[in-house]
Formats: sequence, C-alpha cells, structure tokens
Amino acid sequence: MQYQSQAVAKPYFIAAIGLFVGQILFGLILGLQYVVGDFLFPEIPFNVARMVHTNLLIVWLLFGFMGATYYLIPEESETELHSTKLALALFWIFLVAGALTVLGYLLVPYATLAEITGNDLLPTMGREFLEQPTITKIGIVVVALGFLFNVTMTVLKGRKTVVSTILLIGLWGLALFFLFAFYNPTNLVLDKFFWWWVVHLWVEGVWELIMAAILAFILIKTTGVDREIVEKWLYVIIAMTLITGIIGTGHHYYWIGTPYYWQWWGSIFSALEPIPFFMMVIFAFNMVNRRRREHPNKPAVLWAMGTAVMAFLGAGVWGFMHTLAPVNYYTHGSQITAAHGHMAFYGAYAMIVMAIISYAMPMLRGRKAANSEKSQVWEMWAFWLMTVAMVFITLFLTGAGILQTWLQRVSDNPEPFMVVQDKIALFYWMREAAGVVFLIGLVVYIASFFIGGEEKKATA
Amino acid sequence: MSGGFTKSMARNIFYGGSVFFILVFLALTFDTTTALPQRDQRAAINETVTLGKKVWEDNNCIGCHTLLGEGAYFAPELGNVYTRFGNSTEAIKIFIATRPKDGIPGRRSMPQFNLSAEELEAIAQFLKYASEINTENWPPNIQG
Repeated sequence: MQYQSQAVAKPYFIAAIGLFVGQILFGLILGLQYVVGDFLFPEIPFNVARMVHTNLLIVWLLFGFMGATYYLIPEESETELHSTKLALALFWIFLVAGALTVLGYLLVPYATLAEITGNDLLPTMGREFLEQPTITKIGIVVVALGFLFNVTMTVLKGRKTVVSTILLIGLWGLALFFLFAFYNPTNLVLDKFFWWWVVHLWVEGVWELIMAAILAFILIKTTGVDREIVEKWLYVIIAMTLITGIIGTGHHYYWIGTPYYWQWWGSIFSALEPIPFFMMVIFAFNMVNRRRREHPNKPAVLWAMGTAVMAFLGAGVWGFMHTLAPVNYYTHGSQITAAHGHMAFYGAYAMIVMAIISYAMPMLRGRKAANSEKSQVWEMWAFWLMTVAMVFITLFLTGAGILQTWLQRVSDNPEPFMVVQDKIALFYWMREAAGVVFLIGLVVYIASFFIGGEEKKATA
Repeated sequence: MSGGFTKSMARNIFYGGSVFFILVFLALTFDTTTALPQRDQRAAINETVTLGKKVWEDNNCIGCHTLLGEGAYFAPELGNVYTRFGNSTEAIKIFIATRPKDGIPGRRSMPQFNLSAEELEAIAQFLKYASEINTENWPPNIQG
C-alpha cells in the first residue's frame, strides 16, 4: 500500500462482502418460493424478499465501487485522500442507513413503511429497484455528494490520469442520474420513461465507465503493460459504451406507451451494445498476454479476465438475445429477462468488485502483494464455483424463459401465467440447486480470507 | 491498436461521440414528450387513478407482478388484467379483496392487503387506465 489513506477502502470491502452474503441468502429464499409458493408466507412474501435481494445487490456494489475508488484514487493521483475522516463517517452513515432500510422492509408491511417515512410528502417508493423510502434516497444523495467531493478534491490536488478521470465521470454520472429517482409523475408512461434514466443509464451507461476504469487499473498493476496502451483501450471501450448505450436506452421503450420509432432506434443501437464488452475481453486477454511481469496475485488476474468474459456473455450475448424489437415482443418481462439480469450483474459488476477486492485486500491487510498459495487456491475455487453456478442459473432460467414464452405467448393456444409456471417448475428446481452451489462458492470465497497467511516468496 | 491511432484520437472519439449521442437522445426525448399526449391516456388520469397509482406503489405490487412487462416475474402481467378479467373493474376488486390471509398451502398466493373500498376502486381504475395506454399491441395475447 503506497498511501496510508488507501486503508479506508478496507471497511467498504468488508461491508460489500457481508451484504453480498445477505443478497445470496435472500436469492435462495426467492428461488424456493418459485417452486414452494407458500415458503415463509405470509411472514416474508416474495415481493419483500425480492426487494431485499435487489437492494442489497445495489448497495453492496456501491460499497464496492466506493472502496475501489478510495483504494485506487490516491495511487493514481499520487497523493493522500482529501479526508479519511469523511470517508469513514460516510461509511458508517451509509451502512446504518442501508441496514435500517432493509430492517424496515423485513419488519413492517411496506405500506406501513411508506406511511411512517412520509412517502406522501414526496412519493418515490414502490418502483422496481427504487423501493427505498424517500428519506433513504435523500441519504444516498448526501452520501454520494460527500463521497464525490472527497475524491474529486483528491484528484484535483494530484496527478490526473485517464483512469481516475473516467472513474470520476462514471461516479458523477451515477449520482446525477440517480436524481431521476425523485421524479415520479402519475402518468405511468412518463414515470417509466424517466425511471430508465436511473436504471438503464446506470447499468448500461455510467457503471460501465466505472467498471472499465477499475479493470484498467487492475491490468496496469498486474501486467505492467505501458499505461499509454491501457488508456487508449480504455477510451475506445467507453466511447463505444456511450455511443451505443445512450440511444440503446430505446430498447426499453418498445411497449410502454412510447412512440413506435423507438423500436428502430432501440434495436439498432442496443444491438451494438455487446461491442464494448467484446472489446473488454480482447483488452483483458491482450494485456495479460503482453504482461511484463508475473504478478504473484493470480486470483486478481483471474477475476479481471473473468469479469470481462462474463460481462460479455451476460450483458452482451444474453442482452443481444432479446434486444431486437420483434424478439422482445415475445420475451419482454419473461424469465429470459431474469436470466440476462443475473449473468449480466454478476459478470460485469459483482466480478469487477471481487477483482479489485482480490487485488487490493492483501495489501490492505498488510501483506506485500499477495496472499499465500493456499489462500489463492481457495479463492480460485470460489471463482469457479460461483461462476459456473451462475452460468447454470442463467441457462436454467433461459430454458424456463423459452418454454414460458412459447406456452404463454407464441403457441396457438396461449395458456395462463400460473398454468405455465407449474409446467416449467423443473427448471426452477434446477436453478435453485445451482443457487446452492453458488452459496457454497461464496462460503469458500469468504474462507479464503482466513486461510494461509502471507505469500513467503512474493516477487512484486 | 498501434500505429497511427493515438490516445488523443481515442479521447476525442469518446468525448465527441458521447456529447453527440447525448444530444440525439435529448432530441428524441423531446419528440417523445410531444408525441405522448396521443398515446398515454393522460386525459383518463383523475383523482381516483392518482390514488390508485399510490396504492400500487405503497403496496409494492411491482415486487411480484409486471406492469407493461416491467417488474418481477413471479405473478401475472397486470397491464392488460382489466381486459383479461372481461373489462371489469369489479372482478379486479373482488380478486384483490378475497385473497386468503394465510395463503394457499404449497402454492403462490397474493397477500391480503386489507385495502379499503376506496383504495380497491382506485387500484382497479388505475389498472383500467394502464390497459388503455397504446403499447404497440403488447402483450401478444390476453394471457399477458
């Protein structure tokens, strides 16, 4: 660790992993509710468990992004963080606010939560992924602004690199687009139209900038390839991200009341969205092939290459599969969407966070560059268990989605939703089994932090 | 990526391309907002529909259902539930009001939300309004 203030990343990473565990446990509850419909009913109905599952995902990824930023910005800027105290204060505020929100979901009916948090004053709740009470949303904005102030001040006083600039653009964009969460008109079409300005412009826009910047940082550090080459790649990748992804928002505007022409704009531009992800694969493998050093931290390189590949498959290939309007007409809002969502989030965002944790954590724990051989082996087992499990979760949901689409929407005698759900239950059972394997992988991942000590013959 | 293609060229493509497509997106957004009054049934939005959307949100209906294909995939699509229930707001109200408090053994069941008569009418009117939005003929059939 080159700068003392990088140490604030550590609690952020620990919190991220802790919340990740919560997310997966609730994922398993949801998966079981798909086949055992009354499981935990009425104590934890599906909608509550899903809210916890998706909100924990978002929050742990945000913890991961913030931790990544606190770790890499001082090193990129070649200066200490503007304020370590602010970073730690915001950590606790964010963690407590997040925990209280999740407890609110679990302990009182959602309508009661809306009432006691004053949702009537500024109604923003009850929309997918934006279920947080308005007061929590305001808290998120405050934490985001404090965080952005802290890192922007750091970048301004130090060296300006392409990596830190792109990361900052991504993070400022994240905060900016979140503001649309406060716009909630009664007009359902307008509500949905601008809801996507948070959701799509996050995950298919500015989050990709954050991901690409973190990936570039890890590759610079682990491969020793000239920064100029990495930065050129970074610019081209994120240029393609925004050139395709901004108009690509149109693939959400086919069937929600928006004009017909979005079927053309959305289909054409979103069909190009896999390009930046494919370039990330080429980029990661190219840099590793041209490496000028053997970095002792093998899992970090594995996660870095893995995130590129899995993001391409999950976001790129599985996204393309149902993005063209004539296809989406039949697959919209089916298990195909769920399949894509799972692999894309895991590949692009869960894995990039685990990549930076893998790279940074040994140093944050006072080790020279890497964990012991034994610990690394455990971590790589965790990588493969979780990644292969996610591939199967995605394949089983895709199978379910194809059957659902056929039986409910394409066949000559379309059948009711619940009748179809019963017929495809086998796929849900197999998805749940794959989910258990994922949990085992996660347990192995956590265990890897407590196994072995420092690598004795660290070379870097 | 070597030779004549420099980092500053890559940077210019990023900034120039992004700004250009942001402007195109804003232009399309503007055009959409001017086209929406003919499509989004805004004339049907009254106090009851407004309350209905609030009931929809306060009970997190989107946590199980889809509405115009967006939401969770655990329970049926509701953008066309009004037509699926025979163009009847009464049928919607009866369905919501009669959900068993303790669920159905072994099966998925909608929770009992204990809505008032006014709230039931409002959510039904909201779903009727949603069904009349011009969605380019989505969903493909009555099953949603």
